[in-house]
Amino acid sequence: MSDLLSGSVPLEAYLLLAAVLFCTGVWGLINSRNAVRVLMSIELMLNAVNINLMAFSSYVDGDLIRGQVFAVFVITVAAAEAAVGLAILLSLYRNRVTVDMERFNLLRW
Amino acid sequence: MTIAASTQLICFVALAAVVVIGALGVVLLSNIVYSAFLLGGVFLAVAGLYLLLNASFVAAAQVLVYVGAVNVLILFAIMLVNKREDLAPIQGLPLRRLLSAGVCAGLFALLVRVVVTTPWAVPGPAAIGEGATERIGEHLFTDYLLPFELASVLLLMAMIGAIVLARRDVQSTDLGTGAAADQGLIEKARTPLLVDQGPS
Repeated sequence: MSDLLSGSVPLEAYLLLAAVLFCTGVWGLINSRNAVRVLMSIELMLNAVNINLMAFSSYVDGDLIRGQVFAVFVITVAAAEAAVGLAILLSLYRNRVTVDMERFNLLRW
Repeated sequence: MTIAASTQLICFVALAAVVVIGALGVVLLSNIVYSAFLLGGVFLAVAGLYLLLNASFVAAAQVLVYVGAVNVLILFAIMLVNKREDLAPIQGLPLRRLLSAGVCAGLFALLVRVVVTTPWAVPGPAAIGEGATERIGEHLFTDYLLPFELASVLLLMAMIGAIVLARRDVQSTDLGTGAAADQGLIEKARTPLLVDQGPS
């Protein structure tokens, strides 16, 4: 609280922002019916995790900044995930002519 | 309260507002194109937050990779699957939304409790500020060398995988006659394999 009075942003503010972003992403992931929006929600969640990593790296590990290295790796993996996910989506759309998540039920028993 | 500190606070509040409102817009707006552009705004605001945290390299990587590549890829995907379809109504959809909202609120409450009650070890060591990029380079080529190389292999695998998955098996010439094939005709003639006959 003394941080807040002195004007600088406390660590908790970043963590709470990341929590809000992550929960929004989870809600969108569960409730989206458009497959593209599901991928966007996953990107939101990955960004929330990245904000956490960067905040910890800056506030707790300011000397070695290992969190920033992890964030770079997370960005790399997210890019790969987006490319493969959208390729799967295109292939799925070509075969089922819909992007409705409710109708992608091939694996349902 | 110094001017630098209050400027930082104002920047943080503005960027956080953009992030939260943009994220809500991404999941709530019905037009998916607006969602994609709002997602780009969220990525840019997150890059601004990284700049506030003295991480210029990661902010640049965020803008280049997320806004420049991922968001453009998502926009291309939206254009490629741009079909206005009326989604079939599902039974109990509002109940499902409410239930999942409750689950997310519970998750958020848990996270808030952890954030507020944990005694974080702040302030840590002094931030190195402008030397962050050099330090990241040192990390990548010493103690994180193996993950760095694995990331390159992962990117190669993702690239090949995306090409294999998204490719169309269409020949440029007709195999029977040898004449140049009419691509549009092939596209129209090819029937989708897995179109279901209504809800099963």
